[in-house]
Amino acid sequence: MKHLKATTFLIAAAFAGQALAQEAGGRLDIVVQPEPPGLMLGLVQNGPTQLVAGDIYEGLLRYTTDLEPEPGLAKSWGISEDGLTYTFHLNEGVKWHDGEDFTAEDVVFSADVFLRETHARLRASLAYVDTITAPDDLTVVFQLKEPFGPFISVFEVGTMPMIPKHIYEGTDYATNEMNATPIGTGPFKFDKWEKGSFIHLVKNEDYYVEGLPHLDEVYYRVIPDAASRAVAFETGEVDVLPGGSVENWDVARLTGMDGVCSTGSGWEFFAPLAWMWLNNREGPTSDVRFRQAIMYAMDREFVRDVVWNGFGKVPTGPVASATNFYSDDVTPYPHDPDKAKALLDEMGYSGETVRLLPLPYGETWQRWAEAVRQNLSEVGINVEIDSTDVAGWNEKTSQWDYDMAFTYLYQYGDPALGVSRNYTADRIQKGSPWNNVEGYENSELDAKWAAAATMTDAAERQAAYDEIQREIVDDVPVAWLLELEFPTIYRCNVHDLVTTGIGLNDGIRNAWIEQ
Amino acid sequence: MIRRFASNKGAVIGVLILLLVIGLALTADLLFPRGPWAMVQRPFLVPFTMDGFPLGTDTLGRDVAAGLVHGARVSLLVGLVSTVVALAIGVPLGAIAGFYGGWADEGAMRFTEFFQTIPNFALAIVLVAILEPTLTSITLAIAIVSWPPVARLVRAEVMAVKSREYVDAARLAGLSKARILTTEVLPNTVSPIIVMASLMVATAILLESSLSFLGLGDPNAMSWGYMIGAARTVIRSAWWLSFFPGVAILVTVLALNLIGEGLNDALNPHLSRKGTA
Repeated sequence: MKHLKATTFLIAAAFAGQALAQEAGGRLDIVVQPEPPGLMLGLVQNGPTQLVAGDIYEGLLRYTTDLEPEPGLAKSWGISEDGLTYTFHLNEGVKWHDGEDFTAEDVVFSADVFLRETHARLRASLAYVDTITAPDDLTVVFQLKEPFGPFISVFEVGTMPMIPKHIYEGTDYATNEMNATPIGTGPFKFDKWEKGSFIHLVKNEDYYVEGLPHLDEVYYRVIPDAASRAVAFETGEVDVLPGGSVENWDVARLTGMDGVCSTGSGWEFFAPLAWMWLNNREGPTSDVRFRQAIMYAMDREFVRDVVWNGFGKVPTGPVASATNFYSDDVTPYPHDPDKAKALLDEMGYSGETVRLLPLPYGETWQRWAEAVRQNLSEVGINVEIDSTDVAGWNEKTSQWDYDMAFTYLYQYGDPALGVSRNYTADRIQKGSPWNNVEGYENSELDAKWAAAATMTDAAERQAAYDEIQREIVDDVPVAWLLELEFPTIYRCNVHDLVTTGIGLNDGIRNAWIEQ
Repeated sequence: MIRRFASNKGAVIGVLILLLVIGLALTADLLFPRGPWAMVQRPFLVPFTMDGFPLGTDTLGRDVAAGLVHGARVSLLVGLVSTVVALAIGVPLGAIAGFYGGWADEGAMRFTEFFQTIPNFALAIVLVAILEPTLTSITLAIAIVSWPPVARLVRAEVMAVKSREYVDAARLAGLSKARILTTEVLPNTVSPIIVMASLMVATAILLESSLSFLGLGDPNAMSWGYMIGAARTVIRSAWWLSFFPGVAILVTVLALNLIGEGLNDALNPHLSRKGTA
């Protein structure tokens, strides 16, 4: 009898919920591809981990799609005149998922102790930091050694997630058993991970923002095959396909379905930019005229429209248009085969074979390489595509055994965080495919990059980066191909899914389902 | 013999189809001078809707007809060359094993069996993956997986022929063993080898297509298997991209099989007598 009563109550509650359900309630199924290696965001920061863990953990700041900082765990912040002191005031009443209070001590522990040890990309920025202190429970002060322009951009959840001090202090982080049941401050709590199948998150009832989150639960579904993911979306089994989870050719078909919406927004912070490494050390690609000829020979609009279904933007240079301090006041490279031929004649290119290494990430990238080869062969460049797999691609690019090689990298909102690393001579290190792989050396520009990073005045920095972009674009150290846009595909009755510059990787606290 | 072959309708059709395919392959550069990779029209052009592009265009706007004609070159080239190489390995090995017997036979056959125990396709994949996919490595890989049956066939034929009276006569006439093998024995084993070779070309074309389909083709050579492989992600929206190359493979392989059948009938007097009786 008691059991029956309980059931009746549950049903009644469910009905009551539905009556109110203009905004609150509901379940969202999102594809996660591939299955993340772990959910402890302080230890693992790859894409799938951040997609899921971004709901569990939070950073001090969030960033709009224009990359303006907005409140996260910090409700307000200030930067001193000299650009050396960053003061954050935390929200009151924030609790960890296990009920403990979130305080300034947690921030100090996360940034100064935990992440300094585990997070390589943040560590590079923390090198500018002298001290991190907590004058009281709700205030944190970052004291810098020298000004670092992009410092305000490092407080996003994937770059500086807040880690609970009471769980991790004094333990071995990598083997802490709480890594399996992550505790954060985010809008959703971890509930269950069925390996190979799904990750289940439930609403954080004690979330510090009144009325948020709207959703009751979120399922991150693991579906290994691209075609099956597309079918799962068609049959209604999943509601959201994050960028890159289906082949580009399927995007047009899926977005053409009734009641299906898509957005290219939510990647502004990462601003993935695709380019071809051009080996500046040897072969025809060591001649700047050859590199310029490549830029004129390629029909980049065609690739954007055909291979990427119109998603993305043709870049003007090394800085993506969504990234801060972008400038389009540079030499443009339109599709101009005649100009390319003239440049090749001038340098006396003799028809040597140039190898092209595609990115082994599926059909899209293979077709892209074929289109580039065709473009180049039409101006007389003899191109041969190398076959490769992921391991081979890593090996060949990091050992500099290539002539032209596809790649794409994130920019993290600021040239000093995600652009200069690919063009300054001090980042020429054999063995990594993520630094100055092309071997471009320009000591004059190196000094300008370094100076721009430590400027504090935005207008001054803009002027410095304008100059850098103007000069580097003429040198064509690499062949910039496309500002990638990975459309998020979702059902139109899901609202406010992507609201910030890191998109789904942020906590989806604003998302709600229209019933 | 030619008359006997010509009386087999299937075989004649096979020859006509093969001649057509060879003709297209030879004239590919005249028919489509811009090559198979040129992006000539808007992508996903449906077949039979625009003059000049009867078979439509693919995901990048490349002419499917150009791809088919240029792809015929790769298929035929790989098929023929790999068969020749396979014969070059299999015939001598089988002949020596069958003719000399003893430890030569033992050694050669154990070596052959070593290759026969590994599934053909799996071995081909491994070889191509190790060597990096180029036309040469693909041809070589196919040859390496297809010679063992040749060796066994030749061995059996040689063993049957070497006990014939005219071989004994040659031996009595004082001819050297090598001379007997090359002038008396081998010429009399040619017919089954020819039949087998025609079927091997067909198998080699299928193998090449399968490798390309899996993405292990030469990325710089347009082939039918590559066309189907590249089309499989869009098969629901663009059927013609996988259909036409599929038909091309089917028809070519069928033609080769028909020719093989016809040759078998024509060259094997026992069978043909049965047929006319």
